[in-house]
Amino acid sequence: MKVSVNGEEQIIASMSVYDFLLSIDCDPRPIAVELNCAILAKKDYRTTFLLEGDQLEIVWFVGGG
Amino acid sequence: MVGTGKYADFEQMCRSLEASGAEIVTVAVRRVNIADRNKESLLDHIDLKKYTLLPNTAGCYSADEAVRTCRLAREAGLSDFVKLEVLGDEKTLFPNNEELLKAAKILVKEGFTVLPYTTDDPIVCKKLEDLGCAAVMPLGAPIGSGLGIRNPYNIRIIMETVKVPVIVDAGVGTASDAAIAMELGCDGVLMNTAIAGAKDPIAMAEAMNLAVRAGRLAYLAGRIPRKLYATASSPLEGVIE
Repeated sequence: MKVSVNGEEQIIASMSVYDFLLSIDCDPRPIAVELNCAILAKKDYRTTFLLEGDQLEIVWFVGGG
Repeated sequence: MVGTGKYADFEQMCRSLEASGAEIVTVAVRRVNIADRNKESLLDHIDLKKYTLLPNTAGCYSADEAVRTCRLAREAGLSDFVKLEVLGDEKTLFPNNEELLKAAKILVKEGFTVLPYTTDDPIVCKKLEDLGCAAVMPLGAPIGSGLGIRNPYNIRIIMETVKVPVIVDAGVGTASDAAIAMELGCDGVLMNTAIAGAKDPIAMAEAMNLAVRAGRLAYLAGRIPRKLYATASSPLEGVIE
């Protein structure tokens, strides 16, 4: 199925947000995730499954002033 | 307070933070690079027992974008502390105060501790205080310009106008600029480019540390009034005739 991740389309198998993060080698601790423009709480990563057309934004902290 | 942007590498950043004596460090919120996962997390290099993290909303040009960024920052950093920055245009990076006030109102209501970057306008600063912001952060000069404190009189009026801490944010170019901000009685200075952009960032960080301390001490010590004419320092009696 197709999902959008940080503005780019990806074809992935059905899985939880947590498993998706692991599949792209992304440590779930220092990040924040928005699913379809709403914040997804860290405690919900394992129980939230991605659906066709979902839009994910994955952000973290970088150097800034 | 210092920023974490524009350093050559993490080691230089860490040593500069250490030398600066800063207690609060700002960070930006950006998309994780999915294609290149080799990049290390900034948080692996910042000792959170030593520094308080202050996520910013740099690059946001509307209240909606800024609020969204703050919510993401809270989720990533597990803290309500945010530097609210809503920009007006790319050339000056001056704040858009209308959007800033709108965002501040929403964020305070959502329980954020809001530190807004604003113009050096006492009326806007008062409005931000009335909305419940924890401090106000008027600019000394445009971000990254290094022009110093362009309007020290406004900063003084702001300090008389608001009760919350006043932190000069942006415009510092060198140590004397930081000292001037502190001599005016400001509660702090926030800088990034002045340190990270210096030829030797670690030495400049130390200079800023000393300048902030010197400026604060001078403020507490109470400077002499400015006078147009001379007052002799040596006794007038007993001069050889």
